Amino acid sequence: MDTHVHDRRRFLALAAGAAAAPLLTACGSGFGGNDSKSDGSAADDITGSFDWKREKGTTVKALLNKHPYTDALIADLKSFTEKTGIKVEYDVFPEDNYFDKLTVDLSSGRASYDVFMLGAYMVWQYGPPNWLEDLGPWMRNSAATGSEWDQGDFFPNLLQADQWSLKAGAPLGRGGQYALPWGWETNVVAYNTEVFTKLGVKPAESFDELTELAETIKRKAPGAGFDGMYGIAVRGSRSWATIHPGFMTMYARNGLKDFTVDGGKLTPAMNSPEAVAFTEDWARMVKRGGPPSWTSYTWYQCSSDLGAKKAGMLFDADTAAYFQAVKGASPASGKIAFHPGPKGPDGSLATNMWIWSLGMNAKSKKKSASWLFLQWATGKEHLRKSAITHNHIDPVRKSVADDAAYKDKMRHLPGFLETFETVVDQTKIQFTPQAQFFDATTSWAAALQEIYGGQGAKSVLDGLADDLADKVG
Amino acid sequence: MRLALRPYFLIVPALLLTCGILYPFGLGLYYTLFDFSASKPQPDMVRFENYSTVFTQEAFWNSAWVTVLYAVGAAFVETVLGVAVALLLHRSTLLGRVLEKILILPLMIAPVIAAIIWKLMLQPSVGVVNYLLRPFGLGGVQWTDTPTGALLSSIAVDVWVYTPFVAILALAGLRSLPTSPFEAAAVDGAGWWYTFRRLTLPMLWPYVLVAVIFRFMDSLKVFDIIYALTEGGPGDSTVVLQIRAYLEAIRFQRYSFGISYTIVLWAVVYLAAMVLVKHLGKIQRKAAEVTS
Repeated sequence: MDTHVHDRRRFLALAAGAAAAPLLTACGSGFGGNDSKSDGSAADDITGSFDWKREKGTTVKALLNKHPYTDALIADLKSFTEKTGIKVEYDVFPEDNYFDKLTVDLSSGRASYDVFMLGAYMVWQYGPPNWLEDLGPWMRNSAATGSEWDQGDFFPNLLQADQWSLKAGAPLGRGGQYALPWGWETNVVAYNTEVFTKLGVKPAESFDELTELAETIKRKAPGAGFDGMYGIAVRGSRSWATIHPGFMTMYARNGLKDFTVDGGKLTPAMNSPEAVAFTEDWARMVKRGGPPSWTSYTWYQCSSDLGAKKAGMLFDADTAAYFQAVKGASPASGKIAFHPGPKGPDGSLATNMWIWSLGMNAKSKKKSASWLFLQWATGKEHLRKSAITHNHIDPVRKSVADDAAYKDKMRHLPGFLETFETVVDQTKIQFTPQAQFFDATTSWAAALQEIYGGQGAKSVLDGLADDLADKVG
Repeated sequence: MRLALRPYFLIVPALLLTCGILYPFGLGLYYTLFDFSASKPQPDMVRFENYSTVFTQEAFWNSAWVTVLYAVGAAFVETVLGVAVALLLHRSTLLGRVLEKILILPLMIAPVIAAIIWKLMLQPSVGVVNYLLRPFGLGGVQWTDTPTGALLSSIAVDVWVYTPFVAILALAGLRSLPTSPFEAAAVDGAGWWYTFRRLTLPMLWPYVLVAVIFRFMDSLKVFDIIYALTEGGPGDSTVVLQIRAYLEAIRFQRYSFGISYTIVLWAVVYLAAMVLVKHLGKIQRKAAEVTS
């Protein structure tokens, strides 16, 4: 009997061991993506003369975010297939889930998507673990890249925004080219001309004027026939996306920095006395002239409030206003004008930007075909067509921005082209590149909400800086 | 020989099932001993450093406090309302049967969808809630803009979704109670309140407690309702432990650290469940005494 019990124990122990063995084996090698990086690029394998048909019969898988730029791309995919013989299969996800989907997919180390949309900030997160293909060698290889692609035609600040050395605090524009600019957004003020005319006001030239103007609109617009209208729509949700448009633009125009970099060490600077004062002013502006329920505001709400005549102004991406301004898009269409927004104390029009870029999965098994796709999608022909016949505005290429047909299309929007031309050279990424960008900006948005809720700006921002110092230092 | 091996073959399905559950759990637990993150895909062993960091973080204690407030608040309100609704439905006839069907509707809606519906309804300027409150001079409430408002709004959505669950369980309990003790009480001239307090409630407790256990444990693990409604804001006021874990592991890609949060949450839920289940046994024995 005892022996029997002993046998049963032995059996169970063996069974448990058998179950644990794969577990431990998996644990040993189970830490996601392999970080071993080959020295050579797959681009070096492409030789001979450039040929669009080189990968005929291949299928490339793309992950896309739901966006008017995406709609323009999808509408033109047939011409890519005709040109190359490459088929493109794609999945489209709404922005709320898009980056989670992409992050999880890339971190799994699989090549389920060969190409995908991403922002320049994502390069800081996806670049260090080697999830992104360095496109530099592809761009430099004349066998892989057609001469008509014309790298020099891109606005240089856009191309540089996707270049990084993968070192925290190092400036952009050096190191690998981890994505290509495809469509971008500059942050400006769009306003309802009807309410401005009725109230006899004009766009603000300074931040104080903007605060006052927002308050005036909120106070007077409902009485002037704009029921429920408030002054200014800006984002407020507890997300990194709250910080980068209007807030970061005005922050930078005030000469303020998110971090200071000294010898490669980053020190949070959002609690400097000037930054504290600015943040207080921003929260005050939102409280006095911003939307009700501001803490849930994403760009969707901001944009639709401008279109629905609920907001007198919008300080956000020019595209967010453009999509409401086009004919028939919203009750406010035809009554939306554009302005560069308030200048900084020294007249600065430094502007933060968002770039929808296209990147390649470093684990892709179809890199050559993927590169042909990226080349086509960021090429002159497709981008010109998308800008003129679709809503792929804010061209990343100078030739498209200068194109007469594009200008004709945009001219009916008051101030759009003038605003674009005024800020284009001063628009760049105003954040310090570093891998903890999303943690830093999400916490920054939470801090902004607390200050808006009445907590002291200094103590909240000191707490934020303390917390971030350990993470990014 | 074959006969001797039979018991071992019989446990194979149970063993496979156990491994299916334990394997990912064990792997997760193992990962928490490393500093595994996107920036460090080949990590070093740090033993229990992730846990010590978790416990020394102010953010953790804030999240733990919010999680407990949420779970206790939601479970309490849902229990009281659920039992009240069940008592009402148990007494009525045709109306009760119709209401029963309607009552189950919120349970058929995914919690994240319910949160989005409520987010629209609570919108201060165009939401229906403020529109209905306007005649009473309360039309300007900014429901999710303050820490207290955001937490209470989240609890309210949870209550809306899950009160029917408690009500259905309590109703099933009420319908299964023996009738003789109630008939005896009626003959003795006992009033409604006395009968409820001395007979109905003690006999119904096991059913109610099962509902409480389910709702309390689920509320401790809440993610969807809060994330869709407030994203954890304003500030950190509704960042429950699950949201913190999600942000750390997925959004900020500190995998080990994020899993450490979920392991701590698992331990809390496990302990709470143990205490409640132990209590359930006692209550069941007491209920049996009342019935007999």
